[in-house]
Amino acid sequence: MAMSFEWPWQYRFPPFFTLQPNVDTRQKQLAAWCSLVLSFCRLHKQSSMTVMEAQESPLFNNVKLQRKLPVESIQIVLEELRKKGNLEWLDKNKSSFLIMWRRPEEWGKLIYQWVSRSGQNNSVFTLYELTNGDDTENEEFHGLDEATLLRALQALQQEHKAEIITISDGRGVKFF
Amino acid sequence: MDRFVWTSGLLEINETLVIQQRGVRIYDGEEKIKFDAGTLLLSTHRLIWRDQKNHECCMAVPLAQVVFIEEQAAGIGKSAKIVVHLHPAPANKEPGPFQSSRNSYIKLSFKEHGQIEFYRRLSEEMTQRRWETMPAPQSFQASRGPQPGRIRAVGIVGIERKLEEKRKETDKNISEAFEDLSKLMVKAKDMVELSKSIANKIKDKQGDITEDETIRFKSYLLSMGIANPVTRETCGSGTQYHMQLAKQLAGILQAPLELLSPEDLVNACKMLEALKLPLRLRVFDSGVMVIELQSHKEEEMVASALETVSEKGSLTSEEFAKLVGMSVLLAKERLLLAEKMGHLCRDDSVEGLRFYPNLFMTQS
Repeated sequence: MAMSFEWPWQYRFPPFFTLQPNVDTRQKQLAAWCSLVLSFCRLHKQSSMTVMEAQESPLFNNVKLQRKLPVESIQIVLEELRKKGNLEWLDKNKSSFLIMWRRPEEWGKLIYQWVSRSGQNNSVFTLYELTNGDDTENEEFHGLDEATLLRALQALQQEHKAEIITISDGRGVKFF
Repeated sequence: MDRFVWTSGLLEINETLVIQQRGVRIYDGEEKIKFDAGTLLLSTHRLIWRDQKNHECCMAVPLAQVVFIEEQAAGIGKSAKIVVHLHPAPANKEPGPFQSSRNSYIKLSFKEHGQIEFYRRLSEEMTQRRWETMPAPQSFQASRGPQPGRIRAVGIVGIERKLEEKRKETDKNISEAFEDLSKLMVKAKDMVELSKSIANKIKDKQGDITEDETIRFKSYLLSMGIANPVTRETCGSGTQYHMQLAKQLAGILQAPLELLSPEDLVNACKMLEALKLPLRLRVFDSGVMVIELQSHKEEEMVASALETVSEKGSLTSEEFAKLVGMSVLLAKERLLLAEKMGHLCRDDSVEGLRFYPNLFMTQS
């Protein structure tokens, strides 16, 4: 995995790893953290993580700078992401989470746009086809992980633009 | 250490050895002296110390001179000790190693252990006071005042001393503080006289307590930080007393009072601004209170603090204090204020607390 990831300037700024007591400063700090988490996960194609992993990951642990974001502060960052719709807890204990660099609604929109553009309304697709089919090779949602895809389709379902169905070897979706 | 006398170390008739211990060092108060390695002997009448290297060097102090004793537990790199508080040397004392000493206590350091047992035996001897019932040569009997050539009746003296010892035993374990307490008592003597007289007057319903006495009494109590019991009102701020005090504080070079309770000081300071004095009391968020000049503008100071921090990249409170030449406490308050105003941000790690310019706000 080529680590061509570009760290933002905050990553080399020691105060970034201390939760700031000044409210306005903290707002900026948390915004920067949220942005970093999403771009990091996007590049590394990481759709889910445990809190333990996160603590030790270079994301929250800058070894060179000798600074780590303490776990309580990591929790605060994750909560911010959840509020924004980019994170979902996968268990009651909040030990592992799904991270979506694009919110499910946004993915849903992109998928539906493609469906409409290609005149495939009223068609049925398997989940696999959507994310791994040749037709979608050039689409952004190509290669999307199943968990995120499902949530994207659920969002469309809410809007009555799609329906998730069960088919012989798994799940599929019908678009309206 | 001026209570010790040279001795041959031989025991007298009626004097018996109780316990002895090698490897004992003597301190004059807190100071180390040359008597660093000796054998300490306890007899029924005296404490004797003999130099381990030079047996000719031998000194003793009568147990009758001992006011009370304390134990000091051993610590890291420190031996256990016994602290021996002594009466002043009598005028007719025989020659000893020190002519004079400013300390009224010595310490015995047990470098080769044995402190526990020695202390136990010494305590026993102090309780039993066998020297009183087994007369030994007169020089062993200490006298608190000059009593040349007269052996006093043991009974009365014994009782007297027991009362004295009991009184001082209640102040056990206040070694040096005991000395301060004596000084305080001397100063408060006047107040004690006055309060006795008032108490008597109240008791005997005899005569009126004059207004002057009342005021004096109240101000004594206030200066000791005790709320006014006569009228049951607490001092608070705004009383005549505090106003006067505030005015005096403003001329801070005058030192009018010797004893001033912290509460009085704070109450007086609260009045500074109201009395239009050139100083004022400022309370920081953390609760720290400072007195500053009216002309001082802390907010302006913050701007210059930011400059200083920016120049150096980052600073701790200590570093900043040193650079600017102020106390660490005030330096910290200034940096915290700058952080509150959004000019600085913090880096809190095992390396300590550092302040940086707030790039979160200034950089995109």
